Amino acid sequence: MTLSLEEVEYIAELARLELTDEEKARYQKQLSEILEYVARLQALDTAQIDPTFSVLPPRNILRSDRARPGLSIDDLLRNAPDTEGAQFRVPSVLD
Amino acid sequence: MENLTKLSVSEAVKVIRSGSVSCRVLTQSILKRIERLEPLVQAFITLAPEYALAQADEADRRIQAWRKSPDTPLPPLLGLPIAVKDVLSVANIRCTCGSRMLENYIPPFNATCVERLLEAGAIIVGKTNTDEFAMGSSTENSAYKITRNPWNFDCVPGGSSGGSAAAVAARMVTAALGTDTGGSVRQPASFCGVTGIKPTYGRLSRYGLVAYGSSLDTPGVLGHSAADVAALFSIMAGYDPLDSTCVDLSVPEIQLDSEPELTKLRIGVPEEYFTEGIQPEVRVAVRKAIVVFERLGAEIVQVNLPHTEYALPVYYLIAPAEASANLARYDGIRYGSQLPREDIREIYRATRGEKFGAEVKRRIMLGTYALSAGYYQAFYLQAQKVRTLIKRDFELAFKQVNVIAAPVAPTTAFRIGAHEDDPLSMYLEDVFTLPVNLAGLPALAFPVGFDLKGLPIGIQLIGPAFAEAMLFRAAHAYQQTTEWHTFTPLE
Repeated sequence: MTLSLEEVEYIAELARLELTDEEKARYQKQLSEILEYVARLQALDTAQIDPTFSVLPPRNILRSDRARPGLSIDDLLRNAPDTEGAQFRVPSVLD
Repeated sequence: MENLTKLSVSEAVKVIRSGSVSCRVLTQSILKRIERLEPLVQAFITLAPEYALAQADEADRRIQAWRKSPDTPLPPLLGLPIAVKDVLSVANIRCTCGSRMLENYIPPFNATCVERLLEAGAIIVGKTNTDEFAMGSSTENSAYKITRNPWNFDCVPGGSSGGSAAAVAARMVTAALGTDTGGSVRQPASFCGVTGIKPTYGRLSRYGLVAYGSSLDTPGVLGHSAADVAALFSIMAGYDPLDSTCVDLSVPEIQLDSEPELTKLRIGVPEEYFTEGIQPEVRVAVRKAIVVFERLGAEIVQVNLPHTEYALPVYYLIAPAEASANLARYDGIRYGSQLPREDIREIYRATRGEKFGAEVKRRIMLGTYALSAGYYQAFYLQAQKVRTLIKRDFELAFKQVNVIAAPVAPTTAFRIGAHEDDPLSMYLEDVFTLPVNLAGLPALAFPVGFDLKGLPIGIQLIGPAFAEAMLFRAAHAYQQTTEWHTFTPLE
């Protein structure tokens, strides 16, 4: 199982990761090796097997629809790189 | 004063209550030992001596008040110095997760586990080193430092809770919190010769644990003995409405008998965990420990876990897939580092490309691929189906036995740099710890010997879901009759 350089670039773009050419080449080799290793799972017949997305039995978790005290706006903004008033500041997103 | 650092949890609590030592003096003696050994071991990312001493003074005031009116009971761990892995939030102390992405991130709240220990009177002295976002088996993936194994400074402490394991082994703290997604408490416990619990998934709240693989992550505890670890575990365990996967189930009191006796215990030994690749001394030490259990009255039964070999490929699809989703939150906008760019998409790309380390980027890419259109069925869904087979293996085995005993890792601690630039060979180190996480089961690791180079060897007892108390009882019985858990690497 070999990943092409274009596939590596496509995955990096989906994951929003800017990679150097050297990183792309290294990940191409390493991810290909790892994918080749994990591909052994495909030899198992699982047609009749359900997936285990969680080990806990699926159930609804509900709580009463009441306002509760949470963190203050100051607490929430304290770690932000760029803020204005009570908001996070970002470059304009819409033209 | 340094012999205060060798106390067990119950001894430390007793000494504090007796009044012969104040919390301040105990904390100072711990801080002094850290000051002496930290340059050698490098276990901490952030030390918080002022915070620790302020907590100690507060604890001393409570003790004085208690002497005047002894009707109000003291909290159970009052004055106990502990460390916390740097992926668990402690309010107002920097939480880096071993990453440059969170170099200046200060959480405004406590993780539930941390909150419960603070309420119980524990004193937090610092945040310990970890592989970045807990992704690794050696703590070498930390963006900050390489932690040394206190038994041999050329070797890794294991990972990802390597800082916590090394701090406990070097007696820089009495106990420490870790997390275990694929073995990250048990493997460093084994490499450093300490005791560590990976609880049942859902037994402890994950609130405030920075997410890596959400269906696998659990907080855990490392300490010098099953009794010490059980003391912290009992306080942390139990329902928390802030984590919807935390199960509302009562936590039984853990009764550790002073008379070691295990006549009602059936211990399963899985053939698949004693394969060719295992270091001979590890095999011998684990077999000898099983003989000790037999002498204590346990019945030893051979069991089979036939899908063990698939746990590694299953884990390295599921965990990166969950990680790729969880780490999408690091966008450089709401918290964490940011590289300024004109365009928001470029902020994301530049910040994530620059601030995540090599292993984190590798796992995000692997997970993104496994979840992407065209590969989801063949990789991610197939892995979740094989996970069912692995879980079923354990369910069948637990129809025959109460617990399963197995080595924690195929080898003892490896040398720093041994797996450099070969991620797959590093992943193979986790082969015996991953199945437990995939099945959501509890497991307790503890030392059972040393190899020829003097490095510790660990065993793990694996139990059915929510059977932690039985694991603690069995390990405590073993530790009552053996001395492996009492050895210390550094004076």
